Amino acid sequence: MTYIPKPRVRHPTLPTNALGLTRRDYEGSMSTLCAGCGHDSITAAIIEAAWELELEPHRVAKLSGIGCSSKTPTYFIGAAHGFNAVHGRMPAIATGAEAANPDLTYIGVSGDGDSLAIGLGQLCHAIRRNVDMLYVLENNGVYGLTKGQFSASADVGSRAKRGQVNRLEPIDPVLLALTLGGTFVARSFSGDKAQLVPILKAGIRHRGFALVDVISPCVAFNDHEGSTKSYRYTRDHLEAAVEADLVLPTAEITASYDPGAARAVTLPDGSVIRFRKVPDDFDPSDRDRTYAYVRGRQEAGEIPTGLLHLAPDAPDHHDFLEMVETPLVNLSFEELCPGADALEDVLAAFR
Amino acid sequence: MRPTDVSDPHYYHRVVDCQWGCPAHTNVPEYIRLIALGKYTEAYMLNRYSNVFPGILGRTCDRPCEPACRRTRLDGEPVAICRLKRVAADLRDDVLELLPRIPEKKNGKRVLCIGAGPASLTVANDLMPLGYEVTIYEALERAGGLMWNNIPQFRLPPSVLDEEIDMILDMGVDLRCKHEVTSMAAVLEEGWDAVFIGTGAPKGKELDLPGRWEAAEQINIGIAWLQSIAFGHIDSVRERVLVIGAGNTAMDCCRSALRLGATDVKVMARKPRPLFKASPWELEDAEEEEVEILENHSPSRYVVEDGRLVGMEFEIVRWHEPEGGGRLKKEVLDTRIIPCDEVLLAIGQETAFPWIERSIGIEFNEWDMPLVDRTTFETTRPGVFCGGDAAWGPENIIWAVEHGHQAAISIHNHCQKTPVEERPAYGQNLVSVKMGLHEWSYSNNYDEAQRAEMRYADLKERLGSMAVEAELGFDLERACQEAERCLNCDIQTHFTDQLCIECDACIDVCPLDCLTITWNGEEAELRARLTAPAFNLDQPLFASGPLPHTGRIMLKDEDLCIHCGLCAERCPTAAWDMRKSELLIPYAGLAAGSQHPDRRGVGVAG
Repeated sequence: MTYIPKPRVRHPTLPTNALGLTRRDYEGSMSTLCAGCGHDSITAAIIEAAWELELEPHRVAKLSGIGCSSKTPTYFIGAAHGFNAVHGRMPAIATGAEAANPDLTYIGVSGDGDSLAIGLGQLCHAIRRNVDMLYVLENNGVYGLTKGQFSASADVGSRAKRGQVNRLEPIDPVLLALTLGGTFVARSFSGDKAQLVPILKAGIRHRGFALVDVISPCVAFNDHEGSTKSYRYTRDHLEAAVEADLVLPTAEITASYDPGAARAVTLPDGSVIRFRKVPDDFDPSDRDRTYAYVRGRQEAGEIPTGLLHLAPDAPDHHDFLEMVETPLVNLSFEELCPGADALEDVLAAFR
Repeated sequence: MRPTDVSDPHYYHRVVDCQWGCPAHTNVPEYIRLIALGKYTEAYMLNRYSNVFPGILGRTCDRPCEPACRRTRLDGEPVAICRLKRVAADLRDDVLELLPRIPEKKNGKRVLCIGAGPASLTVANDLMPLGYEVTIYEALERAGGLMWNNIPQFRLPPSVLDEEIDMILDMGVDLRCKHEVTSMAAVLEEGWDAVFIGTGAPKGKELDLPGRWEAAEQINIGIAWLQSIAFGHIDSVRERVLVIGAGNTAMDCCRSALRLGATDVKVMARKPRPLFKASPWELEDAEEEEVEILENHSPSRYVVEDGRLVGMEFEIVRWHEPEGGGRLKKEVLDTRIIPCDEVLLAIGQETAFPWIERSIGIEFNEWDMPLVDRTTFETTRPGVFCGGDAAWGPENIIWAVEHGHQAAISIHNHCQKTPVEERPAYGQNLVSVKMGLHEWSYSNNYDEAQRAEMRYADLKERLGSMAVEAELGFDLERACQEAERCLNCDIQTHFTDQLCIECDACIDVCPLDCLTITWNGEEAELRARLTAPAFNLDQPLFASGPLPHTGRIMLKDEDLCIHCGLCAERCPTAAWDMRKSELLIPYAGLAAGSQHPDRRGVGVAG
């Protein structure tokens, strides 16, 4: 807890984006999380990504469930829409909202408890439906809000603050998403914004469900010796396997890349994801190879990070449902609810 | 970059821009906090410790601290430091009991100061508590130097002046007024253990243009004229007055002329306004009193008819910067006669040493100024020291005070047979201000208030008399509002690299983007990698040692830090802490950190 709000005074040369907004304009209220929480760094990364992408704050919807992580939408883009759902039910709310108004940018923030325990089913179906949203899973392997029990993502052999050792297999959100046909699957670390910000930007631009699993150490309950989600352990075992940048269509002229080293994937909106670094014999578009690769690195004791899998042209939620072009929110009442006669016609078609 | 050594007292001192800018290194943030706490006496004594004349300086200081103030770089206006100093002086209790005790038993050393201005008085102030016997020779009839004979009463009431001078004289200084020194050789014959020359720059510059001597009684040298007013020799002035020059003396002349009955007063400046020597606030005060200030008017002759001065001719000029720099070149566009009945010349002043023989070992330079060492204030004759305006020409009171402090150290060394070059070291106190989990013992929030406006006496009442003080000072409400604008730059963000876990919390929360964690490199190249660009390249970067997890380093650009303490609040390991740095200043006979007599029983804030 901090008693004073962050003073509004700012650096006189703080740059503005095309909307005339500074990074500070994408902040929310002061964090009430523990000092040093990884989640706050992720919040800062989201702020940076939203500013760089020139998102209009009022065209963003922030959604979350319950938990430390789910408090964080309050701390970024104060002028955006927000919905704080029942525990684990954020994907359902996001699915509904996105169905009605696909023109907004959806940013969901959840944690390992909200997503992998109580809300696991919800997450799975949002991945399957390929709902067009950025889904940030702030993963600390522990239930911080209830004082440090193991969560569903705790690794086997990880030691709790009070000494217990976890023996249950973890649910790995990256492997889960690959299994379920996720179209954008990434992992990063709250302490590495150089990697995280481009991934968040690419995830926002991706048409479909972008899962970003972010290891986010809990300084209060999971940052000790024996933890496998501490700052120290993560830094020692993290391997930035895949490095990628998002290049907006407008920025391409100024960005300089070594074309020999880069592999580029164009997104439907014209922006380009450039892979700066991928392991030999690895293809981010090949789901099975990615699965094998991630498993292999984990067996070797490493935490592979980066934009691990990308299927930019997969059908999304609206394609599956064969929705009309115009967002439902923009249709008139008569179009949405054409009346008893129209219903009769529909029913007749099934007779 | 090598890790910054914050145990060097001057690193954190430099972060406190006002204190660094003050020649006497007054502990500004501390006294502002004391004012905010209502501890006016303590604030006054803390001032006195460094600048000796808080009441006088609170009205007349040239305020080098204010352009330095960090607040200017954030909202355009510095904290009204000088006016807060006056608040402490106005609201304090009696301080006589808190002044240094003077030993009855003297140390047997006799020191002479020539001239009773601020430099000599400071020398006496520093040496008397050590047991020295200090004598001052003053040519005029009372002590104070330019503080009384050049600064008009409406800016500095005699009661304020007298009280602070008496604090020093009452230590037992042997003041001999109307004792003009005409021969330095004769003075040296008197057998003093040390002599300090503090005779100021008493000679006003002449403007010898055609007509100057045809109506001489209507043309006066500004500082001599001001002095005559102070003496009571002059109490009126002719109706239309031209003041030549645009320095602070010119402002005192024009405002005095209005009070003595002039109805039309113009200040005539050769240069354009941005090049005026007068302080901006003095220009504003003069204009508020309806003095007209004309720029780019270069005087060419006095217009005298039938032995009477009727006007002055000016060239209307434009100034050009020569290619490759150098002095501005004048282009004359036109000439113009401005009618007037009296002219006051305020175009500068000089030192004058006709009374120092050139054969007694005190060497002079090509401009007829004595050669004075910049550190020791010793002339080329051992045991003879020089400071204030006498040393290098006109400065202001606060510089004279610092010269006095340094000269006193040298005189003490000289009398104790220690080389004068051996300067006592500065020290530093560094104490955490943490009070609770997220609670600090200072007001850490950034207050968005704008600079408080001064209150003035009614214009008509003000112009009716030399004795009505123009500025009324801040009332309590304004003082408190202004005190909150201070950023507490002495409450330092202190970093312990071995505790850092590189969680980025400080980087993310810093409102001014002062912090960067990055790989070490050369300073110039590191500056290019800062989170936000550094403007002030003179301000050193703070660099930590390697951080334990990755070996990267923490960098801080101190230039715009508002000392809100959020980095320390959001730090999970207390690698960042807020610590109050106090510069410990050595004085004559008092090593840094020893209990200064002025600070007996004075509680500190923050």
